[in-house]
Amino acid sequence: MEKSSAKKETSVVTKKKLSKNYFKRYWQLYALLAIPMVYFLVFKYVPMVYIQIAFKKYMLNTSVWKMPLAKNNGMQYFIQAFSNPEFMRALRNTIVLNLLDLCIGFPIPIIFALILNELVFKRFKKVVQTIAYMPHFLSWVIIYGIAIQLFAPSTGLINLAIMKMGGEAVPFLNDGNHWVWTYIFLGVWQSFGWNSIVYLAAIAGINSELYEAASVDGAGRFSKMWHITLPGIKPTIVILLIMAIGNILGSSFDRPFALQNNLVMDQAQVLSTYVYQYGIKGLQFSLTTAVGLFQSVVGVFFLLMANWLSRKLGERGIW
Amino acid sequence: MKVKSKKAMFGDWIFVLICVIISLICVIPMINLLARSLSSTDALVRHEVYLLPKGINFGAYATVFKDMKYIWAFFYTVILTLVSTVVSLTMTTICAYPLIFPELKGKGFINVVITITMFFNAGAIPNYLLIQNLNLLNNPLVLVLPYCLSVYNMIIMRSFFYGIPDSLRESAEIDGADFFTILWKIYIPLSKPVFATLALFYAVGRWNGYSDALMYIKKSEFYPLQLLLYNILNNINSVEVATQEGFSAPGLSESLKAAIVMFSTIPILCIYPFLQKYFIHGVMVGAVKE
Repeated sequence: MEKSSAKKETSVVTKKKLSKNYFKRYWQLYALLAIPMVYFLVFKYVPMVYIQIAFKKYMLNTSVWKMPLAKNNGMQYFIQAFSNPEFMRALRNTIVLNLLDLCIGFPIPIIFALILNELVFKRFKKVVQTIAYMPHFLSWVIIYGIAIQLFAPSTGLINLAIMKMGGEAVPFLNDGNHWVWTYIFLGVWQSFGWNSIVYLAAIAGINSELYEAASVDGAGRFSKMWHITLPGIKPTIVILLIMAIGNILGSSFDRPFALQNNLVMDQAQVLSTYVYQYGIKGLQFSLTTAVGLFQSVVGVFFLLMANWLSRKLGERGIW
Repeated sequence: MKVKSKKAMFGDWIFVLICVIISLICVIPMINLLARSLSSTDALVRHEVYLLPKGINFGAYATVFKDMKYIWAFFYTVILTLVSTVVSLTMTTICAYPLIFPELKGKGFINVVITITMFFNAGAIPNYLLIQNLNLLNNPLVLVLPYCLSVYNMIIMRSFFYGIPDSLRESAEIDGADFFTILWKIYIPLSKPVFATLALFYAVGRWNGYSDALMYIKKSEFYPLQLLLYNILNNINSVEVATQEGFSAPGLSESLKAAIVMFSTIPILCIYPFLQKYFIHGVMVGAVKE
């Protein structure tokens, strides 16, 4: 009994001494980390406090904690959003544009990486890569500026070419249905090169002996592509696919906002621009916070679902 | 055997052809823009400009360089980009460096705190209300601070730090170096590639970003170049533009727009090819995280 308590005492002492030494030794690392932690607290976690105004009646000059609960047990603004045709339209457009991006924009970088991988002239390959990465470095405002020069009905390069060949001008930017495809095309144009980098890196990691063995067996170019390269980059594809599916309701602001115009709002209004228009400009804070919360929660849900599904199918998830 | 290799060569040329077409699709819009910015009003009005400038005319560029509004926005955005790149790199470094020490207590908790912010965002309005309550509306700092640390970039830097042999750090520790010294003397000098990559990412993000300025800045003298460009392209404040000499002619105005777009694009386009060998590595590490 005595012995054990004495033992306990010494262990407490060494523990105390250890922790004192520990902080004496490691305080610098904590001092460095403190600054980013303050950043995350202020700019990422404090805004989460304001999420509650989605359930409350927003009042100026009142603490968020003291605002009164909205009607219907706080669900008033969610009900209002889902019975609002403007919101439903933004929701539909967000899903449609993201799905089109997924179906068209997702495979193209993979195909491009496969094509680049077939190039035998290294110098040429490098030039093509540099050129293909270029659009990624342009802002959406600039791309919009370029799009006007290309697609404008009577002055744009493409319509001039079409008219010269005797065709009729296509309203690429002014008609909703054409606008959707212009939007998708510009998205692919901007990102396909950049997004191919990941796949190229994954291809570079494939064991080259596999290709040599296949050549000995007489496999052709396409059968090597199908049986070695594609399976080799499958884990990368799956991870990026999960991220893309998790983002199905996410909407970036820069791209749709820069490209949209008054004539195409029926197709071009997405959730992020809806929140900007009715929240920051229209000051309906509670309603648009509710929309934002809906978007975030569904985003997390989709991400978890996609991750769960890919693990279920025997692939590596993102965590 | 001979036939087979000839066939392979033919296939190679097909892939070259495809790549040439893809490259042209990437480049033609820029060439068209350049041609328009250099063309005379007449040629533009008569729709004669395709890929080569007609009636070479530097008038549009002269107008841009004479207008203090553009020059101010340009230098303001350059400074903004430099400041936010330096701040962001510093923040990223001091966040990534401590997290590579396996013995650091509380590391798991900190990682969770950081990762949550990657997948869950409070949304535009809560962020706006925060900025309002911090009294940062209309303050250029709002274009630096809120996005000064990207978790994604932090992971890239941390992976790079992991790649630096532990033995270097351990032998420095035995020699009595403290952790600041180890960071400054070992990690930072060895991490030039990742610094170059992330500097490019942050700088491009700031140079090209306009939505934060759109939401948080109302004073036009604090508009970054891209927001100014957005307003010009959409003829916001068009009265102001039209009253300046010669702007009423649609042709010049169009070549002027093209010139302004070129003017705000060129800095980035001049930099990125030189950093290509670095950023490819960065993207790779970021995607295949851990």
